[in-house]
This record gives sequence, structure tokens and C-alpha cells, in this order.
Amino acid sequence: MMIMLTLVRKVRRLGRWVIQFFETAGQASFLLFSVMSGQPKVGRAFQLLMKQLFSVGVLSFIIIVVSGLFIGMVLGLQGYNILSRFGASQALGEMVALSLCRELGPVVAALLYAGRACSALTAEIGLMKATEQLAAMEMMGVDPLKRIVAPRFWAGMISMPLLALIFSAVAVLGGYWVGVVILGVDDGAFWGNMQNAVDFHDDVLNGIVKSVVFGFVCTWIALFQGYACAPTSEGIARATTRTVVYASLAVLGLDFFLTAVMFSGG
Amino acid sequence: MQDAVIEIKNCSFNRGERVIFDNVNLTVPRGKITAIMGPSGTGKTTLLRFIGGQLKPDSGEVWVAGHNVPTLSHDALYQLRRRMGMLFQSGALFTDLTVFENVAFPIREHTHLPENMIRDIVLMKLQAVGLRGARDMMPQALSGGMARRVALARTIALDPEIILYDEPFAGQDPISMGMLLQLIRLLNDALRMTTVLVSHDVKETISIADYIYIVANGKVIGEGEPMALTQSTSPWIRQFLDGLPDGPVPFHYPARDYAQDLAEERL
Amino acid sequence: MGQRKWIEITVGLFVVAGIASLLMLALKVSNLNTSYEEGKGYPLSLMFNNAGGLKPKAKVTIAGVPVGRVRTIELNHDFVAKVVVWMHQEIQLPDDTKASILTAGLLGDNYIGLTPGFSETALKSGAMIPETQTDSAMVLEDLISKFVSSKASEPVASSKVNEKPNESNSAGQAEPVHHL
Repeated sequence: MMIMLTLVRKVRRLGRWVIQFFETAGQASFLLFSVMSGQPKVGRAFQLLMKQLFSVGVLSFIIIVVSGLFIGMVLGLQGYNILSRFGASQALGEMVALSLCRELGPVVAALLYAGRACSALTAEIGLMKATEQLAAMEMMGVDPLKRIVAPRFWAGMISMPLLALIFSAVAVLGGYWVGVVILGVDDGAFWGNMQNAVDFHDDVLNGIVKSVVFGFVCTWIALFQGYACAPTSEGIARATTRTVVYASLAVLGLDFFLTAVMFSGG
Repeated sequence: MQDAVIEIKNCSFNRGERVIFDNVNLTVPRGKITAIMGPSGTGKTTLLRFIGGQLKPDSGEVWVAGHNVPTLSHDALYQLRRRMGMLFQSGALFTDLTVFENVAFPIREHTHLPENMIRDIVLMKLQAVGLRGARDMMPQALSGGMARRVALARTIALDPEIILYDEPFAGQDPISMGMLLQLIRLLNDALRMTTVLVSHDVKETISIADYIYIVANGKVIGEGEPMALTQSTSPWIRQFLDGLPDGPVPFHYPARDYAQDLAEERL
Repeated sequence: MGQRKWIEITVGLFVVAGIASLLMLALKVSNLNTSYEEGKGYPLSLMFNNAGGLKPKAKVTIAGVPVGRVRTIELNHDFVAKVVVWMHQEIQLPDDTKASILTAGLLGDNYIGLTPGFSETALKSGAMIPETQTDSAMVLEDLISKFVSSKASEPVASSKVNEKPNESNSAGQAEPVHHL
């Protein structure tokens, strides 16, 4: 009898959790729709977007470039180690480039973006909520979804692909520096094999598509978590960690899904 | 009866299982300072949220300047809010803007006035609250009282018809208190506004309000002009106005019998 | 205002850096400038008995120079592999051209090599090269069995050499050995 009761209680709790999940999903979708549908006046909108592009994109530039450089260098190093065992060190260029354009570029850049820019977005909006700045704005007749949230959303969607591209490009250069300049792989073979193997439509464009999707999802999660957080310092802290965790997991999960769809033809 | 700018009619509101309001009625006449007082947690701020449209009551009507607020569309609500100003307890200044930019914000958002006109208006408003010299400071550098005054300047930037104050006297030192009282009265009379003030500071509120509502337990337990209220014999009103620790609002949160609680063994 | 200028400049730099990265990836890293994807060209159908490991997008070359790409690989009703290739517009081939499936390097991918013949008539767009005029892909198993069978036929030559070692030695090796 006791087992039945605890079972029922667990099922009810699960049910409540599921309903809450859908409720949150609904709120998040509503936020997204409000953000995407209305735009403030064009001149003002541009200025707001500029400011957000700066805080989301430009400020992430350094970490993207440095990480890209290191990852490219490591790829060059490890790739050379393994490929030279099969006498295939000529293939280093294509290995580095393909890994980056298809996977590492969009995914690692997105993870870095989720950690740096998205956590900042959540904290910023959460703090505005906790200090009643959002409510004050509402009471002044200014919709915070349009003025505060929307510019950040579009800035994220624009910045993410740019950051991923910069990451891949810098990483390829890093791989070049380690592979050709330091380890002595043939310069012509490095670029020549790479150019033969990397298809612009299949690899580079697909990578861009991935990073657009990642930018969309990560920014959405960050903005929603900030907007819907509990207006206390603890609430903000929890929302910020949640953003980073959910966004990172979403990136990895979506990456698998997108890779399966894009590259299943072989 | 003078025309009422704000009318709360038969509003009820529950949060979960807790009854916050049960059939509350309130009228705010034009051009006067109306105060809403009551013990903490009775939901006085919630009433302000009804007026501003941030919350909807479960039942009843909230009429503001001829509009039934809970029924307004998103755009209509935002239009109405331009005619209102609300001063938040913490001031709620935008932390990334200077004092000047903060006050200029509503003007920039809602009008197409040229920069030099905006500058004049902002300086006038800051002068009214006595902080014109602080215009380039950042909100973090201001004291609590100063921040609240800047927020007040921002609230009156577009000369609203209605102004709502959420606990304006909470945690203020006597000097700031005096300044605020003077400002509230001046603004209401000079700019011919209608003021709604929510507070639990008895002395200050009585000194400034034209009409007072006392709300407790989800109902209006007393209303009237300040003088009349101070003479009231109702135990509720007496407890609140005199600040008696126990009375109709009990000291003890509902609990079991004391002796039984102590004597019971822990499982 | 100075701050706004700074923001605009840095955002501009950021966007330019992004576009520059895109260009670098497009031109230096990928095959954008060397691809023959669409644009001016015409299709040909090549019939093979065995398409081996040929994949779509594989190269089509003449004398080792890329002149086209494989579009599709299908099986026709006679169970012959029909490979549709897209040829670059300038390339005009005579109709006795041979097509072979070759392997790039030892373990490399398959590609198609065309050897033009000497016929006067040219192949038109959509024309077909029949399997009689094509070399199928090398299958590893066939190679191995060929090698094994050729090894099996060798011992006949070496037994003849063993029969006359004494003769040539006693003659003092004046006569050259013809048999070898």
C-alpha cells in the first residue's frame, strides 16, 4: 500500500514537472515571438543593435581568437603526430580544415559564446529585473522586450556566425603555423589537399548554418533565463548558471542532430 | 463628488490559495493626494500594479482615466502608461546611463523633440528636485535619497497626469524625508497631478495626504480624511495608527498550542 | 558621443573581420575557386561494368587535368552502372573517347580519367559512352587472383634451367646460356 502511495506521488510530481516544462516553453516562445515581431523605430533600433553587437560580439572577439589559435595549433600538432604514422602527413591541411569548418568551428565558438556572452546577457537582464528597472521601463510606456531584449537577440544571431567564422579561420592559420612552419609539412600539400577536400557548400556553408542555429538557441535561452528569473541575487546566480548549462547542452545536442542531417550522405 | 481619475471596483485577487484582495473598492479623486496604507504584506503595491496594468485582478474593474485597465490591449496599455508616472521604492534608475540620460530617457522614447529642447526639459526637472548639479553622475555614485529624487525627476519628465509612489518614505533619513514630502506636495499642486501614495509610514502620510485608505486582510478596513481617521475608534485603525504590536492584527503567526508544541517528542 | 564613435568603429572592425574570415575560408580553404559545380557545361553518360568505389562529386580528368565532376551514379535496366558526369563547356570530346575509373594514389578515392580518341565526330550534350568503351574500376580481388594465377604459370621456365648445370660448367662457361 505504501509503495502504491509513493509511486502515485512520484507520478504526480513528474506530471507537475512536465506541465511546468511546457509552461516554461510556452513563456519562452511568447518572449521569442514578442522579441521578433516588434521593432523600435529604425534609427533608434540601429543604435541599440550597435551597442549590443559591441557588448556581445566585439567583447567576445579576444577569447574567440585566442581559443581558435590554440585549438588550431593543437589540431596541427596532434594531427601531425597521428597522420605521420601512416605517412599521410600531407593530409594535415584537409584534416585541420574539415574538422574546423564542419564541427569545431561552430561548436567550440558556440560553447565559448554560451559561457562568455550568454552568461553576461542573463546576468544583465536578471539584474535589471531584480532592481525593478524592467518594471520601471514598462511603467514609462516603453516595452522592455523591444528595447532591451530584442536588440540583444539580433546581436547574438548576427555575432555567432561571425565569431564561428573568425574562429575557424584563425584556427586554420594556427594549424598552418604548427604544421608547415614548425613541423615541416609541405606548404603546397597543406593548402592544395585542403582545397580539394573542403567543399564550400557542404562544409563551410553547413558550418555557418550550424552557427546560426546555435546563436539563435543560445541567445534565446540566455534572454529567457534572465527575463524570467527570480528577482533576487540568488535567482540571478541560478539563472546564469542555468543559461550556461542549458545552452552548452543544447549546442552539443543540436550539433549531433545537424551533423546527422547534413553529413549523412557520406 | 469630484470626478474620479482612478476607480478600483470590486476587485478580488488570489495568489495561489492566499486571498490577497476580497472585493476591494477605492476611488482616487482628481488633483488630490490619496494614500493607501496598511501593514506590510497586505498587497498595497499590488494595488499600484493593478492601476499600472502590470497585474490583472481575478475579478472586478480598474478604471484609470476612463479606461478599464485589465481589458486594454498591449498597445493601448502602453499608450495609457505614458500619462502615468510611477516612482519605485528603489528608484530603479538605469545603471548604465548618467543622471541626465536617465531623466531624458522617457522624453527620447516618446517624443521627437530636438536635443536642445530635451536638454532644457531635463535641466528643469532636475532643478525641481534640486539635483541639476548632479546631472553627469552615474546612479551608483548617488546616495539612496538622491537616487530617489532623480527617479522622481524621471517620473515627471513627460508631465504625467497621474503619479504613483511606492513606499517613498521607506528607509529615508529625516532630511531626505522632509525634501520628499515637500516635493510630493509641490508637484501635485503645481503640476495639477493626481497622486496615489502607498506607504506604511503613518506620521508622514498623515501629514501630506488628502484622503487615506487603510487596507488590511484583503479589505479596506478604514478610509477618510486624515483628521477623521486619527479620531477613529475602530480597533483595526487604532492598532495601525498607534502602532500597537498586538490587536486585530495578531502578534503571533497562527500556530499550535504552545505547551503541546514544547511537550511533543520529536520523531 | 566619443564612446558611440568607438563602439561603431569596433563593431565595424568586428564585422569586417568576420567577412574576411568567410572570404579566407571560401577561397583559401575550400574549393570555391576551383569548383566546376554549376555554370556552363553539359552532361555525359558513361556506362561502366563496375563503378567500384566511385562517388558523386569525384573528379573527371583528361591527362590528369580536372575537366568535370561526377553528378550521379545509377544502375540501368541491364545492370550496368550509368555514371552521369558534368563536363566543362570548353571540352569537346571525340566519340571514341575511352573512360576509365582510376584510383588516386595507393589508397585514394576513385576518379574518372578520359582518354580522347581520334574520331572526327564530337560527343554532344547528353551523349553516352557505352561500356565497351570504358574500363571499369580495378577490384582488389581481381588483381590478387590475376597475380596468383600468373605466379602459378612461372615454375615451367625455372625447371629447364636446372637440367643442364653440369654441361655449362665443364665447358668452362665459354657458351652463353640462352635459355634464360
